[in-house]
Amino acid sequence: MATQLPPGLQLEKLDERIMTLNVGPQHPGSGHMRLIIKVDGDYIVSCDPDPGYVHRGEEKMAEYRNYIQNIPHLERPVIHDSCNILYPYCLGVEELLGLEVPERAQYLRVIASELNRCVYIQYWLAIYGIFLGHSTMFMWPAGDRELLIDLLEKITGARVTHAYFVPGGIRNDVPANFEDMCLKRVNYFEKRIKEYAAIFYDNPILISRTRGAGVLSREDAIRLGTTGSTLRASGVDFDLRKKEPYDAYGELDVHSDVLKDGDSYARSKIPWLDMFESCNIIRQALQKMPKSGSVRVKLKPNPKGGNDEVYKRVESGRGSLGCYIVSRSKPEPYRVKLSVGSFRNLICMPYLLKGEKLGNMPAVYWSLNYWPVEADR
Amino acid sequence: MSQPESPETKPVATAQPQKELPQFEKSIADKLESKFSSRVAIEFVKPTRIRVKVKKEDVLEVARFIRDELHFDHAESVTGVDYPDQKEIEVVYHLGSYTDPELSKQVLALATSAPREENPNPGNDSTRLPSLRDIFYSVEFHERECFEMLGVYFENHPDNRRLLLPEDWADLPPMRKDFKIKGR
Repeated sequence: MATQLPPGLQLEKLDERIMTLNVGPQHPGSGHMRLIIKVDGDYIVSCDPDPGYVHRGEEKMAEYRNYIQNIPHLERPVIHDSCNILYPYCLGVEELLGLEVPERAQYLRVIASELNRCVYIQYWLAIYGIFLGHSTMFMWPAGDRELLIDLLEKITGARVTHAYFVPGGIRNDVPANFEDMCLKRVNYFEKRIKEYAAIFYDNPILISRTRGAGVLSREDAIRLGTTGSTLRASGVDFDLRKKEPYDAYGELDVHSDVLKDGDSYARSKIPWLDMFESCNIIRQALQKMPKSGSVRVKLKPNPKGGNDEVYKRVESGRGSLGCYIVSRSKPEPYRVKLSVGSFRNLICMPYLLKGEKLGNMPAVYWSLNYWPVEADR
Repeated sequence: MSQPESPETKPVATAQPQKELPQFEKSIADKLESKFSSRVAIEFVKPTRIRVKVKKEDVLEVARFIRDELHFDHAESVTGVDYPDQKEIEVVYHLGSYTDPELSKQVLALATSAPREENPNPGNDSTRLPSLRDIFYSVEFHERECFEMLGVYFENHPDNRRLLLPEDWADLPPMRKDFKIKGR
């Protein structure tokens, strides 16, 4: 009987010592996903990630809507990083339609996506804090995040779901006093995040919980095809803002940090260091940005893409984010595929958690900078 | 709040089509062509992007050559595209490199195709491809997704289970073109 069941439903025989734990999907510490963990005493024998609880078929929906209608729903997988998840899609459509983005729009895109990266990282950091039982680290980032959310609301009109990027530029120009307002907030924000070192990153309790937990070597990080902070924490210097600059990043000075340890501490520190870099990039962009000019080229109604395909990628808060668009001379794309950092880092979970103590599971799991909704799409 | 400027209403700007093929990308494509001659079809060479199409019998050999000789070391994404008119399902591997700094900009698309059946029975029909998991370890979860979404069974994949879909999904693989969204 068991052999006739479809794949995934087979019954398995287990040793009596081994206990199976379902972490999630309702567990507050798993996000909208399930980890099927087998433990022998206190040690994890195997971990089988089971995503899909928030699978919304974004890629299928994209085949039924035209290039403009796709904008608002494609950002739903990561609403906290909504500018960055739309970025590769917009770059791809621009290449398909042969659009050139005005210079001012390129800089505003960079600013918006860096602000968004900070907003995302703060949210991620808040959850990492509460995962490790550090409630102050939940409150501080969640509160400081509001600074930038308010700023983004002034630019885009929405607090989280911005739908700000459109093929050919951005939806609207920024308010008149934007430069001063942005600079003031970014400077204050940078001052605030510096204080996280004393309470969180230099905290001996955090260090003892995360140092040496879930070590990913450089070779394995490359072999498993990880990306973003997971990759850079293992000593691989790969940041698309530097390696394959898109839009105005080519004219800006980007230094992304690399750590060599590859453990949970390094993985949790990289996003924090990234926020300082984002502040630097925003200040540079504000200086170099043309003070006036158009921010969008007008599109024909219902634009069509020719028989072509593009693969564009950007560096999001969770690593490289690729968008593959196949066009078949129709107003709707023939196929849209989002290759997201969370899904690519999913493969680390069974690999890193094997042999760890169960108590280390949250520290390792969330340090992968994994966003369950994005992985499911 | 001040009113933002209305977008400029000039005609659509068109980028100049590039006439000359980029040299570095061309050299990668030439290496593939000189090794496999007619067994690989170089479909396009654009700046930082190359696309290669191979038959499914050759995909393992070509992938091994791409890894060992051309130094692409990981897969960024694996996409299945359904073409009902040509009765085939195309699977595209986008490969990148972390180890070779020269290749950090490059993405090589390796495409292959499997026959498509009208009444699919995932795992038990002719829609099969060899798995690249032994060559690029990073395709493991991507190929699982492709299996459930398009019904392409990857032979020698260690773990051909459902990933995102519910365990009791009994409809067509949802990324096939004949699976329609209701109301659209």
